[in-house]
Amino acid sequence: MSKINAALIGSGNIGTDLLYKALRSDWINPVWMVGIDADSEGLARARKLGLKTTHEGVDGMVPHMREDKVQICFDATSAYVHGENNRKVQEQGSIMIDLTPAAVGPFCVPPVNLKDHVGKRELNVNMVTCGGQATIPMVAAVSRVQPVSYGEIVATVSSKSAGPGTRKNIDEFTQTTAGAVEKVGGAKQGKAIIILNPAEPPLMMRDTVHCITEDEPDQAAITQSIQEMIQEVQKYVPGYRLKNGPVFDGNRVTVFMEVEGLGDYLPKYAGNLDIMTAAGLRTAEMFAEEIINGTLVLQPEVA
Amino acid sequence: MNLNGKKITIHDMSLRDGMHAKRHQISLEQMISVASGLDAAGVPMIEVTHGDGLAGASVNYGFPAHTDEEYLRAVRPHVKNAKISALLLPGIGTVPELEMAADCGVDTIRVATHCTEADVSEQHITKSRELGLDTVGFLMMAHMVGPEKLIEQARLMEGYGANCIYVTDSAGYMLPDDVTLRLKAVREALQPETELGFHGHHNLSLGVINSLAAVEAGANRIDGSAAGMGAGAGNTPLEVFVAVTERMGVETGVDLFKLMDVAEDLVVPMLDQPIRVDRDALTLGYAGVYSSFLLFAKRAQQRYGVSSRDVLVELGRRGMIGGQEDMIEDVAMEMAKAQGVLQ
Repeated sequence: MSKINAALIGSGNIGTDLLYKALRSDWINPVWMVGIDADSEGLARARKLGLKTTHEGVDGMVPHMREDKVQICFDATSAYVHGENNRKVQEQGSIMIDLTPAAVGPFCVPPVNLKDHVGKRELNVNMVTCGGQATIPMVAAVSRVQPVSYGEIVATVSSKSAGPGTRKNIDEFTQTTAGAVEKVGGAKQGKAIIILNPAEPPLMMRDTVHCITEDEPDQAAITQSIQEMIQEVQKYVPGYRLKNGPVFDGNRVTVFMEVEGLGDYLPKYAGNLDIMTAAGLRTAEMFAEEIINGTLVLQPEVA
Repeated sequence: MNLNGKKITIHDMSLRDGMHAKRHQISLEQMISVASGLDAAGVPMIEVTHGDGLAGASVNYGFPAHTDEEYLRAVRPHVKNAKISALLLPGIGTVPELEMAADCGVDTIRVATHCTEADVSEQHITKSRELGLDTVGFLMMAHMVGPEKLIEQARLMEGYGANCIYVTDSAGYMLPDDVTLRLKAVREALQPETELGFHGHHNLSLGVINSLAAVEAGANRIDGSAAGMGAGAGNTPLEVFVAVTERMGVETGVDLFKLMDVAEDLVVPMLDQPIRVDRDALTLGYAGVYSSFLLFAKRAQQRYGVSSRDVLVELGRRGMIGGQEDMIEDVAMEMAKAQGVLQ
């Protein structure tokens, strides 16, 4: 079966983890990795695995994109450079899967709304944040049962798994996640909190989701909806688990999640990276399927 | 200990850290009355925010009686001389809330991170300096790391533009020698013009002596609360600290008797429970656990029938840090399941 050629922009934790997952894909063929540091470990690994690499940013890859038939790019850099990266690769006729919190394109949380993006010719979709991928399915699991007036998520990740991009732009994390708790999760008002915990050995990613329902929660229906949603997420993140709950306390519904990664690049505690890269890849695979089936035709802009 | 002639700046926490003890339910009238009293007593700095800082309003930390903006706008016109500060924890609060606080007329922004995570404070410290505000970098749970790490983190915050760095004993765990070691090291590492502060909790009844040790080691800003109203067994009781420093010849500019009256006549009558070293507060100080976990652990005991002390010890063992209030219910449920009292 033919695969769609893809490029990984960003050679840090996310980009490198994504590389290993993409190499296993039936739909995606990673051919380029873009970095900005010649000594980057991610670039070295990519070269060893047969990818073309550049340490000159997206500009180092752009002249080769058409020749190498790159039709899908993943941006794992930062919100601040995403806009430029996006413009440059779209000019070359590539779709952009945005793993930064830039949120230029519509949010995509695969088990909740991936299907909504099919056939819409979206050229840029945003994967929200790791905290968003881990929690928004739970908010949606409650809001599809009954109206949620307020959704709040607390994402706790080990310090070791939070890269410099996340740290420097931590506001983008909370703002983007809170926005997606509303837009994708279906809560009327959203709030997001992130905690970086430096404990050694590093703690596994934990996510707490609090929903306030408008009316008294239907406990049986919500519990079943949550269990079903967990199974959907487990299809691409097997280590996504309910640790405690759901707790019902008045109109408060709380679930305590744990996310164990596959350990592709970083160790298993970094479930936050895993759920992000797995969701990004799953989204890309859906677009790849559309391209291969001829339902999505990409046209480079005339220069 | 000879502190004679030293000049220090006292910073009152009762209307921010005290919010924890009040489950964030302080009324606007109480805020105005305490802030006016502190101002009249010559307390030079007063913090006003949700206990967990700007945008702390949440299921996780508790919804306050009023928004940060309502509190700040209510208090500001009644405070004539004191500076008003707002706390911000990156990961909870964001730059737009900081700008809101500046618009409300705060003089000082204190950006608080866990003692190893200073690099999440760059956006906020930079913005605060841009707005021309007195800007503090606040390193929490500082007992968990040694002086070398604190120096590295303090320098990061100083590099972003903080003109004052705090070493914060959020768990009330430090012994006086722990304070001396850390404060001396950080003092030597910072630029001479950068101020140094200490924020204590009274869980081992060491708030006053630890603050004195901090002054001796070079700190010139000291946090405390009227009547100690704060998380855990409270902050350093300010009126006690001012009485002691006055006898030692330290200049604070605070009128001791007026401050005593604020504590006794305004703050104590507000308390929902006495601020004291009870069994759970002592456990915080003994096990090195974030002080604002106190009331959450007591509620978990009520709901799940497990010992709040055991929950707190377990949270400490797991290395939980400030802001992880969600893990209190999680740990309590896990313990209740293990004991067979929860399915």
